[in-house]
Amino acid sequence: MPQPEPRDTAKMPQRVKTAALVSSGRHPVSGRAGRAREDARAVEMGLSLVGADLSLAHAGDPEQASLRESLQGYLGMYHGLDDDRDGQLSLLPLGEGGDAVPLLAAWLERSGVRLALTGQRAECGEGSGMVGYLLAERLGWAIATGVAAIEHCDGERVTVLQALPQGQRRRLEVRLPCLIAVDAVAEAPRQSAFGPARRGRIDIVDDLLPPDESPLDADSADWHWQPARARPKRLKVVKSTNARDRFKAAAAKSSASGGQVLTDLSPEEAAEKLIDYLRAEKILAQDDQ
Amino acid sequence: MLQTLLPILIFAALAVGAAGAVRRIRLWRQGQRTPMRWYRLVLMPKRYLNDLHHVVARDKAIAHTHVATAGGFVAAMALALVVHGFGWRNPILGGLLLAASLCMFIGALAVNRRRIDPSAKLSKGPWQRLSKSLLAYSVGMFLVSLPLVGVAPTLLGGGVLAIVLSAVLVWGLLEMVVGMGWGGPMKHAFAGSFHLAFHRRPERFDDNHADAVHDVHRGSRSTALFPLDLTAKTLGVEKPADFQWEQLLGFDACVQCGRCQNVCPAYAAGQPLNPKKLIQDMVVGMAGGNDARYAGSGYPGIEVGKHHGGPNAPIVPQLVEAQTLWACTTCRACVEECPMMIEHVDAIVDMRRFITLEKGETPEKGAAAIDNLIATDNPGGLDNASRLDWAADLEMPRIQDRPEGVDVLLWLGDGAFDMRNQRTLRALVKILRAGGVDFAVLGDEERDSGDVARRLGDEATFQRLAERNIATLSRYRFARIVTADPHSFHVLGREYGAFGGDYRVLHHSTFIAELFDGGRISVEAPAQAETVTYHDPCYLGRYNGEFAAPRQVLAALGLEVAEMERSGYRSRCCGGGGGAALSDVPGKARIPDMRMEDVRETGATTVAVACPQCTAMLEGVVEPRPRILDIAEMVAAALVEPATASTTRTSTEAPEEVPA
Repeated sequence: MPQPEPRDTAKMPQRVKTAALVSSGRHPVSGRAGRAREDARAVEMGLSLVGADLSLAHAGDPEQASLRESLQGYLGMYHGLDDDRDGQLSLLPLGEGGDAVPLLAAWLERSGVRLALTGQRAECGEGSGMVGYLLAERLGWAIATGVAAIEHCDGERVTVLQALPQGQRRRLEVRLPCLIAVDAVAEAPRQSAFGPARRGRIDIVDDLLPPDESPLDADSADWHWQPARARPKRLKVVKSTNARDRFKAAAAKSSASGGQVLTDLSPEEAAEKLIDYLRAEKILAQDDQ
Repeated sequence: MLQTLLPILIFAALAVGAAGAVRRIRLWRQGQRTPMRWYRLVLMPKRYLNDLHHVVARDKAIAHTHVATAGGFVAAMALALVVHGFGWRNPILGGLLLAASLCMFIGALAVNRRRIDPSAKLSKGPWQRLSKSLLAYSVGMFLVSLPLVGVAPTLLGGGVLAIVLSAVLVWGLLEMVVGMGWGGPMKHAFAGSFHLAFHRRPERFDDNHADAVHDVHRGSRSTALFPLDLTAKTLGVEKPADFQWEQLLGFDACVQCGRCQNVCPAYAAGQPLNPKKLIQDMVVGMAGGNDARYAGSGYPGIEVGKHHGGPNAPIVPQLVEAQTLWACTTCRACVEECPMMIEHVDAIVDMRRFITLEKGETPEKGAAAIDNLIATDNPGGLDNASRLDWAADLEMPRIQDRPEGVDVLLWLGDGAFDMRNQRTLRALVKILRAGGVDFAVLGDEERDSGDVARRLGDEATFQRLAERNIATLSRYRFARIVTADPHSFHVLGREYGAFGGDYRVLHHSTFIAELFDGGRISVEAPAQAETVTYHDPCYLGRYNGEFAAPRQVLAALGLEVAEMERSGYRSRCCGGGGGAALSDVPGKARIPDMRMEDVRETGATTVAVACPQCTAMLEGVVEPRPRILDIAEMVAAALVEPATASTTRTSTEAPEEVPA
């Protein structure tokens, strides 16, 4: 695959209403709440795209003590922009066992957002990485995941660089409205400063859904929860004896074997091929239609 | 003719000078106001004659010069006012006036001699002119006063000579009186007097402080940073008008003598900082304009004349580049040397506070350290529970198991995470055990003292750490805190007081000296004679006045200390303080390399240190170089352990003390 040439990140000529969906992070060492690393990168991407026009949203429990502090961490990033407006975050109240997706979808629709940025997966809670997909499905939007940078956005479509393994990048053009899930390799977030964090506004928006439509996550009620166990790591056996081979092994692109590239197929044919493949890999049962 | 002209000239000069002075006072009062305490004006003469002179007198020649010139001028001006101004032409007063002018003339000659080939630290321009003006004033005043004692009465009655004399005197009056109010070099006398009276740190002067111990070293009487009100509208200093008015007044008092420039480690290393230029830039900002008229050395690598400012214009980057502020190691050498008692470090931290708290532009590594402090309570982002990993085999007594209290709480500091400093800590523990000291540690309940966060301008994180540490400490009972880290020592001992934490804190060198004094530890004489030198850490010496104890310990070890040229209160910084090691501003040389050069000059093969930062910075100098040992390591190596219960106790009793 040809490596795309990096282009200058262009500011939007006409501003598209942009929002970043943020979550409360969990520090890998201390477990303390704070900015989530990928979400902070999404906010950084949004700020460099639309400046202080970027609005933030979080669905969570306003009563939770540490939440305000982590959310202020994102508001503290509103500095060094063209104008010195303070940040604003909409807090969508969500109780325990609630489902964030309908709330976020309603908020995105109501506020006229056409470009939503978020991290790929939360650092605590379910952390399933599904919220982006579920939101896009519900809203009928496009979704691009693993995004390393936004190169261009013109009100109709957005050009992004998608991060692939071994530092490869793929340029994608996505139609608006769309949801972009930001990868950990995106530009590092700016420092969160105490002053802007203190001045930023957190507005509670609690009239998004009609009262009879409670955003309960029905599935999760039946789930069995237990602390995650560290996955055993495969020991890395270094077979080569010289540095050159080790370097080549480390830098090698993952080579897929046995695959085939299919082009110029009708959608039906393509679907047929995919189903055959999934059956061959025993992902679909033989009799599954 | 002169008899009618003189009163007019003198009163006109005084009136114009006074108008300028009013304007100057208005400039100072642009700063943040604090309640005026007028009575402090009374304190000024004593502060001038005692405290200021104490600093000036470190250079005897200039002290004598200044006494002659300034004393002569003040006396001559007062007498001239009576004699020529009000016309009380008494021959005795006239004689005194002649004597005063003569005294000033002699002083002015010395000033001119210093100005023939001025050293790099001195400013030129108007300051070069001042030396001539001093001559003009003293000569003019002398000659016009000669008729008073009956010498040459007819000569000066009129004619060309009278005109020439008047012209010389007018020159002198313009510089000395008008210039004093309107911002000429003589401004320093006017602003300096008020600055001494209204100084923001009255504890620096003899008055108003009960703690006589600090008299040993004047510079360390008041060194804690001022707490910042985190609910203020903007945090820190963005523009000159955000400074306290006393600070603006202090900047205006600068005489541009360049002593600060001579001692600044960042300036010497070619980093873009010059304390003298910084203070002059603050004056430019306060008065509005650009720095083109500055006639001294600039910031290394930054051209003079390209920056401008105003009282309500942001300082960074129009007036001062951020790099300048981040180059400071907060070593306080400039404050120590300043004869006008200007507080450079306060100003730099004030401006850093704005950059960090409002603009979020702390240098990259500094910002990472702050984020780590917020998340993990230590700047390295390490698991705080691993704070005692280095002591896994030492069975360290925990204060949590000692509800009845201990004598010494051993504060580990963040050196506990550094493998080099862990050797020092192990040595210190060995000494404490040999001395039978009743001590304990906080373990993972200890957090960073907040020193680096505070110096990087993050007062919010500092205050949070301070409050949490104070809350932790309030749960346990101990008589005193001992630490091997001068930064923790300073912050716990001097800066936590403002947040309700008052402790008796000792640096380990002081405590070890105490153990020697009490005969609680004994050491063997060194096997072979060795020359050592001692590097004073800034936060132990200049900040807290502890110069004696480490030397006492070295003497007790039987070691000969070859002092470096810059030692004691003039010690040169290692380059690791104030977050400078994190901001890492590029320069031409490295500060620790220069310090190691100082060490080499003494011929010492070992440099004794007493601070984890200094250890790290000096050990970063490439080999071959003298070896670097902490005082604790040197003591521990020479320790003769008496076969008492102190060592056996730890192996028998301790396992029960250690929590599971």
